[in-house]
Amino acid sequence: MRNKRMSETKYSIILPTYNESENLPLIIWLIIKHMESENFEVIIVDDNSPDGTTQVALELQKIYGKEKIVVTGREKKLGLGSAYIHGMKFAKGDFVIIMDADLSHHPKFIEQFIQKQKEKNYDIVTGTRYAGDGGVHGWNIKRKAISRTANYVTQVLLRPGVSDLTGSFRLYKKRVLEKLVESCISKGYVFQMEMMVRANQFGFSVGEVPISFVDRQFGESKLGGNEIFQFLKGLLYLFSTT
Amino acid sequence: MTKLAQWLFGITLFLSIWLALLKDLTPIKVTDENFLWISLIPVGLIALFGIISLIIIAYRVSTFNNCDEAAKELLKEIDEAKKDLATKGFKFK
Repeated sequence: MRNKRMSETKYSIILPTYNESENLPLIIWLIIKHMESENFEVIIVDDNSPDGTTQVALELQKIYGKEKIVVTGREKKLGLGSAYIHGMKFAKGDFVIIMDADLSHHPKFIEQFIQKQKEKNYDIVTGTRYAGDGGVHGWNIKRKAISRTANYVTQVLLRPGVSDLTGSFRLYKKRVLEKLVESCISKGYVFQMEMMVRANQFGFSVGEVPISFVDRQFGESKLGGNEIFQFLKGLLYLFSTT
Repeated sequence: MTKLAQWLFGITLFLSIWLALLKDLTPIKVTDENFLWISLIPVGLIALFGIISLIIIAYRVSTFNNCDEAAKELLKEIDEAKKDLATKGFKFK
């Protein structure tokens, strides 16, 4: 067999899931397709989804093997941060990639994250929708305006040094992710923001890769008044404590 | 120093200079002519900041990429994935 593997660095992709039985086979297939030349594993952390995501994960494990697909989970739905910690217990790689399983994050970008990381030995590489060729699909003008405004206000108040704070498609050195999850207490969008702000505080280096974010969840359920209130609360918390 | 403290420090510094100016404690003398202008400096700066912010945000909203190609490509790959997974024995619900 031709040796396509560039290096033996191992990458662990942590995929927290909840009710993703439809998307999970697709995201796994895409990861396998686009990560061909890398040494990697996918760790599925399913929080006992009622739609049977865990069963789907186990079926995929039969197809692709236990080396590639690790299936784990918790009794009930817990926070994202704790899903990362749980997943990391199984991670054999030095680098951890976290992404959403709902197909809004395309695995083709992981290879670019890896190349970016190698460029300057970055501690973190984050996908960005707000720079270069990055962008979104499926957002109307109102959604874009809210997103851009929130991002602008955040940039002015926190000066975090990265263009996309609320995204959750990132590559971390494992020990860096461990340290960050330990020191971040926020939830939801704000959790991702806090991770970047603390990274900046600790002096971790962050590289950015433009990504296209394809939103397949229609409607505005993800951005109601409560979401905006939680965001502002989190912003003020970070503004006054970091 | 937290970001909040940095802002408070900056604002206090600015307001002290401005008040000193207004109370005629600096070499720049307050006259009837320039009094109105000096007293309006903070309002003017806030307005300027607001306008610049609005222009920046409007520009960024209008140049926010739409990624239509990426969405199409994804749909195509989803089709491929479903076919390939079926041949590997995976059963979709």
